[in-house]
Amino acid sequence: MIDAMLAEAWSALIANRLRSALTMLGMIIGVAAVILMLAIGGGVQKQVSSAISGLGSNLLIITAGSSKQGGFASGAGTGATLRLDDVDAIAHLKSVVAAAPTTQIPVQAVAGAANWATTVVGTTPAYFIVNDWRPDTGRAFSEMEDRAAGRVAILGHTAADKLFGANDPMGASVRVKGTSFTVIGIMATRGQGFGGVDRDDVIIVPLTTALRQLQGNAFRRSIRSISVGIDDADNLAPASERIAAVLRRVHHLEPGAPDDFTVNNLTAVTDTLSSTTAAISLLLAAIGSISLIVGGIGIMNIMLVSVTERTREIGIRMAIGASRAAVRLQFLLEALMLSLLGCGIGVGLGTGLATAASGAIGFDTSVTVSAVVTAFAVSASIGIFFGWYPATRAAKLSPIEALRS
Amino acid sequence: MTGNPILAPIPAPVLALSDVVKDYVGEAGTFRALHGVSMTVAHGELMAIMGPSGSGKSTLMNIIGCLDSPTTGIYRFEGTDTASLSERALARMRNSGIGFIFQSFNLLPRLSALGNVALPLVYSGLGKAEREAKAQALLAKVGLADKQRSRPAQLSGGQQQRVAVARALANAPKLLLADEPTGALDTKTGAEVLGLFKSLNREQRVTVVIVTHDPEVARATDRVVRIQDGRVFYDGPPTEAALYGHAEVAA
Repeated sequence: MIDAMLAEAWSALIANRLRSALTMLGMIIGVAAVILMLAIGGGVQKQVSSAISGLGSNLLIITAGSSKQGGFASGAGTGATLRLDDVDAIAHLKSVVAAAPTTQIPVQAVAGAANWATTVVGTTPAYFIVNDWRPDTGRAFSEMEDRAAGRVAILGHTAADKLFGANDPMGASVRVKGTSFTVIGIMATRGQGFGGVDRDDVIIVPLTTALRQLQGNAFRRSIRSISVGIDDADNLAPASERIAAVLRRVHHLEPGAPDDFTVNNLTAVTDTLSSTTAAISLLLAAIGSISLIVGGIGIMNIMLVSVTERTREIGIRMAIGASRAAVRLQFLLEALMLSLLGCGIGVGLGTGLATAASGAIGFDTSVTVSAVVTAFAVSASIGIFFGWYPATRAAKLSPIEALRS
Repeated sequence: MTGNPILAPIPAPVLALSDVVKDYVGEAGTFRALHGVSMTVAHGELMAIMGPSGSGKSTLMNIIGCLDSPTTGIYRFEGTDTASLSERALARMRNSGIGFIFQSFNLLPRLSALGNVALPLVYSGLGKAEREAKAQALLAKVGLADKQRSRPAQLSGGQQQRVAVARALANAPKLLLADEPTGALDTKTGAEVLGLFKSLNREQRVTVVIVTHDPEVARATDRVVRIQDGRVFYDGPPTEAALYGHAEVAA
């Protein structure tokens, strides 16, 4: 019985192609929005968690300058207020595992015929500990090489690819601002950071070398930031207070004077990012749900019209032996077919949009099997829920009156 | 029917109405459409129910067809009191016990001739292959073997009514109930459809009840029941007097 009913439901939808398509529009938009939301939400979640694990979760980053200085706000990282001596003061504090001063210099690096615009990170060996990021080929530089301003470099994967391509960079030399560096290692792949920044596009050199050879004289002993590894996530807040106190003393700041540095807790950043994406997901979910409900009402509406139009048909069916249950099933199947067809198209559209979105915003979106299964389950429920009333109305018709219509 | 051990049990009549009353309750009060109708139809009969419009013959037809139920009185179909049947059982009865034929054919426009004939078989739960084989045989029986794939709109009136007859016969019903079956047909095709009824009745012993106001249709049957003002006014052979409403004496 079901096979014939499905065939008939299909032919009923085909008979009113335009009407069926318009009716499905609500479902299509709703499902596409939900699929897109889940894809983006999942992608962002993955992005955030990989960014967090890539950064090292127990990390404080101290940047020079304050977000508020002398009454007007300026960006953190401006000014030359962080000095190498600050690092020693911080490194000995309680809960601090290691402190790595870093300075970042945008450069044009040259290797043989290739050249590439990248960033040189000047730092100490503590950097590899603090960031929990190490070379997977070759080695890191030592304290001695740092102090001796050794001309050695460790390449990020992207920088290695762009400068050397298929050639082996190990032992080769890279020229940066007129200084030659010998490549002694290649860092493990780290992937994208926040906002699609390629964290593998980097050349890491000893801090002393960077300050002397690459940075202007005026900033010889000044650094842009200090990354501080903390032993436990619970100690982040007290440690950042202790660091601030020490820096104020070392910088001879009067009580009441504003900080000339900023201590950033990265978990706060990632928390903000997570809650932002959660808000976006919630918005899309709301749009999706409203659209699905509207789509369901659209289906109910068109099914009511259909029942009215086909009253006589219902009468005929009843006269030749259709039970009320069979009539109800017939119309329910039509509603279900509308909603599931709309869902199928919506899944296709949502997947397409998710793919397009991942290209546009620069990170992976993933349409999961569970999202598709959920979409179909929800659509089926909507089809049955909103199809029930019209189908019941059809089933309740009096065969005599239906035949007379 | 307790059954006589010596004689074979007497088969119950196809339908037996006793003192059937039908009231319609409307805004203007209660309207009595049938005032106690009693009649029986035996297996293999070919008969007509006649009466002017408003006589109650349509109400009678709806009750015989299990589309409606009597207010009081008893209607037995094949010996079963229909009042005792559930909605579902009544639907099953309409599906396999009774074959309906309507004045306006009432074929489903989206279905092919084959699909229309197979529809009652859908509701009796047959599989696709079985349905199609049966429907093909039925269409061949009414002379439309070559029109299986045609939609009703592509068929002439006579052909449509023959499809409807095939559909009515799908579940080999005990009773063929036709409501003005020739009303929408010209004289010639009307006569052909009547001929079809007659041959079904004579050759396959199908019981046929035709509801009509047309004396020419009723003339082709063996028995006429005339309804007037909700009562049986005449029940007997199709005499001229019965056909034209002059007979005064109820048999």
